[in-house]
Amino acid sequence: MVALTDPAGELTEAEAPRSRLARARRLHLWLALLLIAVALASLTVGATGVQLWDVARSLARGEELSRMERVVLMDIRLPRLVMGLAVGAALAVSGAVMQGLFRNPLADPGIVGVSAGAGLGAILAIVLGALLPPALLGFAGAHLVPLAAFFGGWVSTILLYRVATRRGHTSVATMLLAGIALGALAGAVSGVLVYMADDSQLRDLTFWGLGSLAGASWTKLAAALPIILVTVAGASFLGRSLNALALGEATAAHIGIPVQRMKRLAILCVAGATGAAVAVSGGIGFVGIVVPHLLRLASGPDHRALLINSALLGAALLVVADMISRVIVAPAELPIGIVTAVLGAPVFLWILLRQRGVVDL
Amino acid sequence: MVTATDLTVTLGRNTVLEGVDFHAAPGQLTAICGPNGSGKTTLLRALTGDLPYRGTVELNGQDIATLPAWALASIRGVLPQASALAFPFTALEVVEIGLARGRAGGDTRAALQALARVDLGHYASRPYQSLSGGEQQRVQLARVLAQVAEPVAQDGPRWLFLDEPVSALDIAHQLEVMQIARDFADAGGGVVAVMHDLNLTAMFADRIALLSRGHVLAAGPVAEVMTTDTLSRAYGCRLRVGAAPAPGTPFILPHAATLAAE
Repeated sequence: MVALTDPAGELTEAEAPRSRLARARRLHLWLALLLIAVALASLTVGATGVQLWDVARSLARGEELSRMERVVLMDIRLPRLVMGLAVGAALAVSGAVMQGLFRNPLADPGIVGVSAGAGLGAILAIVLGALLPPALLGFAGAHLVPLAAFFGGWVSTILLYRVATRRGHTSVATMLLAGIALGALAGAVSGVLVYMADDSQLRDLTFWGLGSLAGASWTKLAAALPIILVTVAGASFLGRSLNALALGEATAAHIGIPVQRMKRLAILCVAGATGAAVAVSGGIGFVGIVVPHLLRLASGPDHRALLINSALLGAALLVVADMISRVIVAPAELPIGIVTAVLGAPVFLWILLRQRGVVDL
Repeated sequence: MVTATDLTVTLGRNTVLEGVDFHAAPGQLTAICGPNGSGKTTLLRALTGDLPYRGTVELNGQDIATLPAWALASIRGVLPQASALAFPFTALEVVEIGLARGRAGGDTRAALQALARVDLGHYASRPYQSLSGGEQQRVQLARVLAQVAEPVAQDGPRWLFLDEPVSALDIAHQLEVMQIARDFADAGGGVVAVMHDLNLTAMFADRIALLSRGHVLAAGPVAEVMTTDTLSRAYGCRLRVGAAPAPGTPFILPHAATLAAE
């Protein structure tokens, strides 16, 4: 937002905003490099003494990895890293798309009740899962909680869409209010369930509610990763449409954007990415708000670059948060949701204050 | 041509427009006038397909209900009454957003030319939200101009639909914006504008559709519609229509002023 004072004329003026998009696109590369660095660091940090460097050296010498090294790297750190990357990208992109859709930098899947619905699904599974017929329980097994969370997020999105959409037109105001109502309802039902829970279930609930990547496994990833990849890739095509939507729905339509179809696609992307992320990692908050906001400050609001940058920075941020959560109280670990909340809540408040200064909500 | 036939718009329980016929020809500036609540903006929004309506609206001979958004966008640009922007885009970026469809290359150049056209070339990299209301309105006009690109293309004339394009502007920029619309029409494009200011309308428009309570009270060339009798009836107050000295365009004075003059 640099206002050029150079009076040289049109060319200088032209280059400033143009280079803003160019700068945002150059940021793809830097964020990708950051992501690689963070990913390597994450593979080498952990409770056991397995160092990535040692492993690389023994591999170079043609030695076999020890069983311990293989298990730690392939079955613990790698799935956790991949999950962190996928969940971080999913949450950040969901946030960026929601904000574009609602034309409000504070919008987030958490706000429209998608996360709350997914959370309710998970809590239902934790508390009432034991009541299921043993055959069904055996069939669902470890997938029960993630499946239920995914289902809850999906149902709440459909419900929300039904409430807020009439004759093919989605009212953003109604959708926001309906999201608040759904969130409250899900919270109330969750509260009842928590009241009913026994001690061990309570610990599960707390852990899940605060969010964690500790449960990462290849089986969970197999369920979540395809959904996240498809929805994040789909969202990256929404850039121009979301830019147009910043001028309002009517103007976006005048410009030639098929607004209703595009909104449906955006909602699907958000529901898919958020549902899958919450299902495998619980309620990790603030990534979807903080990441797009920082990127808008750094390189402008153009969604053509913002969505991809959000995916990259979101992934990197969550992996860093995960490393912090593993190291800070080692050998125990902090739920990652606490880390993102500590990092994110002040930023959220800061955005709120800034926005109140500029736009009166 | 813009041809609307038997247009009826119902908002909630109110019938805002009833059985309205409307015509506008390329090469002309057609003004939609009338008192507050007479249905001016509703008519414009029906013509641009923003409101559900009964009846038909044709643009260049095609029913707009059958045209996809992108096809309409290549034929006509729409300037809304007020535009809020959600994120801190610059003025130039706002104009470029209008180019979302169609021309891929040369976006910046076209956008800059459009900004220069509305006298805002030097504000290109300013954040849109930091501009005054009138400046924002001119940026939006630049966006619309850049979108339609030229008054006439191979497949027919282009159209500007303007909803009170000068409402937030000082008198110099009112004249400038009306002149831009006039030039667009003179070059063969069509302009349909909702107008509040009768004198500006008299100066720049070719035809007027005068609305009253959701009906067309009068429609035709400016000189035919702008009579003391018709205008007084439409607005429900006493007005006096005179003739300006040089070009002979009508001018309108409220009654109190005519008393003072006499």
